[in-house]
Amino acid sequence: MDRRTFLTGLLLSTALPLLPAFAAGPEVYDVTPDLIAAAKTEGVVVFYTSLDVAAAEKLAAAFEQKYPGVKVKVERSGSERVFQRIGQEYGSNIRNVDVAETSDAVHFAIFKKNGWLTQFQPAEVSKLWPENARDKDGAYAAFRAHLSVIAYNTKQVKAEEAPKSFADLLLPKWKGRMVKAHPGYSGTIMTGTHALLPVLGWEYFQKLGQQRVMQVQSSTEPPKKLAQGERSIEADGNEYNVFMLKESGAPIEVVYATEGTPITIGNAAIFKNAPHPNAAKLLYAFIFSKDAQQLNSDVGGLRSFHPGVVEKPERTPLSKIKLLYSDPEKLINEVETIKKKYEEYFGT
Amino acid sequence: MMSTRAGLSVPAIKVSVDWSKPLFAALAALLVALVLLPLSWLIFYAITDDTAKLTLSNFAGLVSDPTLRRPFVIAIGMSLGVGALSCLFATPLAWLVSRTDMPGRSIIRAFVTASFVTPPFLGAIAWEILAAPNSGVLNAIYRWMFDLDPYEHLFDIYTIEGLVFAISCYTFPYVFTLVSNALDRVPSDLEEASAIQGAPLFTTLRRITIPLVMPALLAGTLVAILQALTMFGSPAILALPAGFHVITTKIWSLFQYPAKPHLAAAISVPLLMFAVLLIWTQKKILGRRGYTTLGAKSGAPRLIALGRWTWLAWGFAGALLLLTVILPYLALIETALTRTVGQRLTFDSFTLHHFHFVFFEFSATSLAMRNTFLLGVMTATLGTAIALVTAYIASRNVVKGGWILGYLATVPIAIPGIVLGVGLFLAYSNSFVPLYGTLWILLIAFLTIEMPAAYQQFSSAFKSVHVELEEASRILGATRMTALRTITAPILRSNAVATWCFIFIGTIRELSAMILLTTADTKLVSVIIYDLNESGDLGAISVLGLMLLIVSFAIITVANRLPVFGGAKLISLRG
Repeated sequence: MDRRTFLTGLLLSTALPLLPAFAAGPEVYDVTPDLIAAAKTEGVVVFYTSLDVAAAEKLAAAFEQKYPGVKVKVERSGSERVFQRIGQEYGSNIRNVDVAETSDAVHFAIFKKNGWLTQFQPAEVSKLWPENARDKDGAYAAFRAHLSVIAYNTKQVKAEEAPKSFADLLLPKWKGRMVKAHPGYSGTIMTGTHALLPVLGWEYFQKLGQQRVMQVQSSTEPPKKLAQGERSIEADGNEYNVFMLKESGAPIEVVYATEGTPITIGNAAIFKNAPHPNAAKLLYAFIFSKDAQQLNSDVGGLRSFHPGVVEKPERTPLSKIKLLYSDPEKLINEVETIKKKYEEYFGT
Repeated sequence: MMSTRAGLSVPAIKVSVDWSKPLFAALAALLVALVLLPLSWLIFYAITDDTAKLTLSNFAGLVSDPTLRRPFVIAIGMSLGVGALSCLFATPLAWLVSRTDMPGRSIIRAFVTASFVTPPFLGAIAWEILAAPNSGVLNAIYRWMFDLDPYEHLFDIYTIEGLVFAISCYTFPYVFTLVSNALDRVPSDLEEASAIQGAPLFTTLRRITIPLVMPALLAGTLVAILQALTMFGSPAILALPAGFHVITTKIWSLFQYPAKPHLAAAISVPLLMFAVLLIWTQKKILGRRGYTTLGAKSGAPRLIALGRWTWLAWGFAGALLLLTVILPYLALIETALTRTVGQRLTFDSFTLHHFHFVFFEFSATSLAMRNTFLLGVMTATLGTAIALVTAYIASRNVVKGGWILGYLATVPIAIPGIVLGVGLFLAYSNSFVPLYGTLWILLIAFLTIEMPAAYQQFSSAFKSVHVELEEASRILGATRMTALRTITAPILRSNAVATWCFIFIGTIRELSAMILLTTADTKLVSVIIYDLNESGDLGAISVLGLMLLIVSFAIITVANRLPVFGGAKLISLRG
């Protein structure tokens, strides 16, 4: 059963008859006093996200401070879990989500195809975002980008001994000392695995699977396991969590592998059947605003497409990192294979 | 019994309708809906494919696909291990508490209750903090004591042995309760006879005491095995990082995108069969226990003077309590109060950061607490009421075939939580009865899960209330319901309170059925703890977990003041 049949199976009678003829181009909007007033009447906005829970709650708090009277309900889980949940809810006629955000670009392609998304686009996005970071019909836009990196605990591993490449991770000395997140849970890891395959091939993962790697679920977790000293090296995990922990004093350091580093685009979108349509528009505009994007960068360690965002000087700018991209249109057909192969090599 | 109806013609008494028959029908319908509906959907999904065509291909996968076969082998091995270890923990402890003069026995019983109340998933998380190979507190102490290199370790909780241990810490109370109750009933004259004949203590134990409690021991072990086999939380927390699945985690993973409900239903069937087999065997064993109780009234059990062995006894009991309750609780407290896991708690590292996060930043907290509390109260109230009436009808045979109700109410004991979750999801997420995403589906799940324990509690209580009292009231013209209300109910009040508390605690620690049924709006505290574990936020988990424990202990303390609250009634609680 591939993605499409599964979703149509879930949708059955509900969404199919409504399959949309997309009007070309986005509906650009500004935050007006009317919108704010309407949002306040609704009082709540439901935000499904795969952002690290602390960063997500900070973003929500900033929004609530700017627009008192509109509460944000943050529903955090892994990208694949968020996606599955929305599919399940829509399949059971539950209209709960207002704005969603995951780090697997495939999800938004599918949401759009299903006709679940609006075409609202905040003015800031249509003016400032690079074209390849926003949907041409305005269905979604890149809320964040982040990298999936190798990292190590600087107390346990000296800088000169630290791995420089993915190939280094296969050295016998790292057996039993690594932690890694799961592509079945994390969109970052799903995207990252797909981006690494052309470079490293499955035999890399097969060999890595024999290194007694500690398997966690979320890509937010490996950096936490490094910080607590449970494992010395992460084979993958969020760059932004490494930043967050490092800045709070944890002994951990990023490695940009010589083969390249997978980048993940985290899209966000408003759902057509949002129970709080105005609050949804308000939150959606807010998360792309300079303030929010700067907060994402400062507190969350995320990369932004907003040209006005200034990164902390100690962070390596994206332009200096060899990036590996995954094409969502191709990934869409690879998901099952990746999960199956992964279970074969890593056990779960 | 029915002939007493003739007395109704006494003129002064108002004739009112006897509701027992409609009530019987309503209850029967309710119990059938609770139990049979999800199971039928489960079976239907297991034997059909996406196009609803009959097929056995779902089962063929169980045999041919190693990723489906292995979890069964591992889970069975793990459960047997848990059975054996629980026995090893519980039997000596039960003997010490029931049959010796060891000081502090009531303290030990209190600690066993604490271990019993601790949700196993919380215990597993605490053991992660204690015995993760590198950051684990115990391993850090070990390295410090022997001045070892950073990567040396004594324990690795992320192994099958670690998992067996972490589960046994919270399943041994099942064995303990059954064995210590059996020990209390062992006729001491037999043991005394043996002692008078000059048999040393060990011989008496081996020849008299152990054979007499053997059925209870076996039955308790089977319950521990069943608990382990059907548990979701602890394996998900400890087995997945180690890179292996058990049956329950595999079923859950089949609901991840792209969901394979037919395969999940098929894989649930053998698990259900195992559970039924275990329960059936357990009932058989307990059913034969007649000879142990024969001499039960022969006097208070003989307490054995431990003398110089007291220290050894306390060494064993103390170590056990340290491992199952004290250390895990301390680990949770320390993690709740420090910034990163594994940091020592000092004046400098003390922080309320995680408390602040849970109560003021994390937006899921208040909703989950409200849902958990609301469902706890509703399940406890409805469950107590339904169990009470069901037990009455079944035990008094009010209506012909009343025993069927008792049977229906006990069936869920053999349905593993995750299997029930799958069944309910399939039954109520379709468009016929769209309950998925509401609190109702959770209420149904909770009621089903708690019904057997609640029913058994009342069923045994009714056996102790004399039928004559009720009949006297009926002769005077009261209807059956009036008799129930005015005569039986007051006698059962303390039982009802105990059952209520019991169900409430059961609901707040339940995870395995709920993991598939909750949605964003219907979050529960146990489920958000699990979610937080997936992203490694152990500090927040510790805060939420301690909260659950405090509420549970508050309720236990209240319930303990009631005379009827005995360990034996706790048996069918699950995690």
